[in-house]
Amino acid sequence: MTSVIHDIGYRHYDGKRLGRAYAVRSLFTHNLRAAYGLGRPVKAKIMPFLLCAIMLMPAAISVAVTAIAAQVGAGRDVQLIRYSAYAVYLQPLIAIFLAAQAPVIASRDLRFHVTPLYFSRPLSRLDYVLAKYGAFTTALFILLATPVTILYIGALVTKQKHIGTHTVHWLAAVAGCLLFALVLAGLGLVVAAFTPRRGFGVTAVMAVYLLSTTAVAAVQGIAENQTQFTVAQWAGMFAPFNLVDGVQVWALRAKQSAPEPPPSGIGGPVFTLLCAALIVGCVAILYLRFRKAGAK
Amino acid sequence: MSIIATRGLSMRFPGVLALDQLTIDIEPGVVGLVGANGAGKSTLIKILLGLLEPTSGQAQVLGFDTARDTMRIRELVGYMPEHDCLPPDVSATEFIVHVARISGLPPTAARERAADTLRHVGLYEERYRPIGGYSTGMRQRVKLAQALVHDPKLVFLDEPTNGLDPAGRDEMLALVRRIGGQFGISVLVTSHLLGELERVADHLVIIDGGRLLRSQAVSAFTQVSGVLAVEVEEEMDRLGEHLARTGLQVRPDGRLLLIDIADESTYDVVRDSVADLGLALVRMENRRHRIEEVFS
Repeated sequence: MTSVIHDIGYRHYDGKRLGRAYAVRSLFTHNLRAAYGLGRPVKAKIMPFLLCAIMLMPAAISVAVTAIAAQVGAGRDVQLIRYSAYAVYLQPLIAIFLAAQAPVIASRDLRFHVTPLYFSRPLSRLDYVLAKYGAFTTALFILLATPVTILYIGALVTKQKHIGTHTVHWLAAVAGCLLFALVLAGLGLVVAAFTPRRGFGVTAVMAVYLLSTTAVAAVQGIAENQTQFTVAQWAGMFAPFNLVDGVQVWALRAKQSAPEPPPSGIGGPVFTLLCAALIVGCVAILYLRFRKAGAK
Repeated sequence: MSIIATRGLSMRFPGVLALDQLTIDIEPGVVGLVGANGAGKSTLIKILLGLLEPTSGQAQVLGFDTARDTMRIRELVGYMPEHDCLPPDVSATEFIVHVARISGLPPTAARERAADTLRHVGLYEERYRPIGGYSTGMRQRVKLAQALVHDPKLVFLDEPTNGLDPAGRDEMLALVRRIGGQFGISVLVTSHLLGELERVADHLVIIDGGRLLRSQAVSAFTQVSGVLAVEVEEEMDRLGEHLARTGLQVRPDGRLLLIDIADESTYDVVRDSVADLGLALVRMENRRHRIEEVFS
């Protein structure tokens, strides 16, 4: 055998090339990981994981308290946090996660002009937007549905009565979590996509949440004072959490958790339609935004 | 077969005509696209990638129509944009693996190709550190790596030497030459510096104000000029006077004497004169045109 030192040199790639669906999946995974700071320095992981941990705490405590109560024979007086109410109760935390992480998904590629590298590959702009939207929705869904599921597991473990009803409520709440995730991800990404500068995105997303929620609360307060209850109920659709809770109440038969339920009659359908319009509208706006950015 | 062919390509932006009826045919190899800033180089590349839609005219890349077969073209080409386009908080390895997957490479192949490609462009241990801490030269290498990682048939390199110091320029140009030679990948490389491309390109396309000025092989630009350059160790002036007396057109140029070649006998006259005067001949060569002279 002769001994030759091999300079491998340039090797061409003649292996498999997977198509567009694989590219979209890869982009989805990359963004889902990015939403939790994975594949990035430790600094990027702190915020999402800290918020996740805090999100889980009320659920864990609720389960623990219920278990202890059952042991001391006070099980009937203590109940688990309602599944469908969890997101509404913890909305400030969710809003912080949204504000902190939406810019990671929607602003960074714009701020650092990375988009041409994507759009010069076999990936359409709609693919790109849907992968990002899907990834961030999934990230939020994990944040919301995990504690709700812990509550349900707690219900099973502590052998709550009417476990069938628990199962139905839990499933409805998981559907509600998905709807929360879709609406919030859409709003967060749209705001962040228009504020690519560092720090601006976080502030802008937080501002949109706080302003809408506060303004709606003010209108609802005034309307109630004037006994204009229907006005107060309609006003709810302009605050994201109240809007989605309205859909939970109407379409998923949940008990109301937001300040106001949707108005009776056409209220529920209108809230649901508005949710759907928001989701489609956000995708459309993101598409237009990135179409413009990619051509630069 | 042409790798790039355009027919009457025009691109009008509000207030400016970036490309004006551009018709070119480009053969495989290293092709330099030269023009002043704003001549339409980047616009042309973006049209070829399907990132911009031309106002009128057609273009083909590797035999595919840019309007109809955009995705097919993007699978086969790589693109290195002119400006910075890298996210700062991921490592070069992480980023190159990611874009390889977006180009359709399966996970294992993406990792292998990323490692190979980064080595080929000259990034070693630093590839595990976040890109934010890289020098301009290292960033340019990462940008080049992302254009090559999927083993394209053709790469568009938009001003790859931008912002580099002289040593960095030389290294980048040597890399461009290797891509066209050893790697066997056709290259369309732009620069506003003619002298740079003269060193690496086989063919030059020169555009100005969106119009084609000239398209021909580099050898055609630098063909024999009919001038003989002679260098002697000392007493250049004596040789000059001697030659002038024989009726030749002689002019000094630094350490060289430039002599217009009248016919074949000119060489003999010069040789004999040097011998008669007992001078030491350093060199005697046919002068070639430099590309710059073509435009002066």
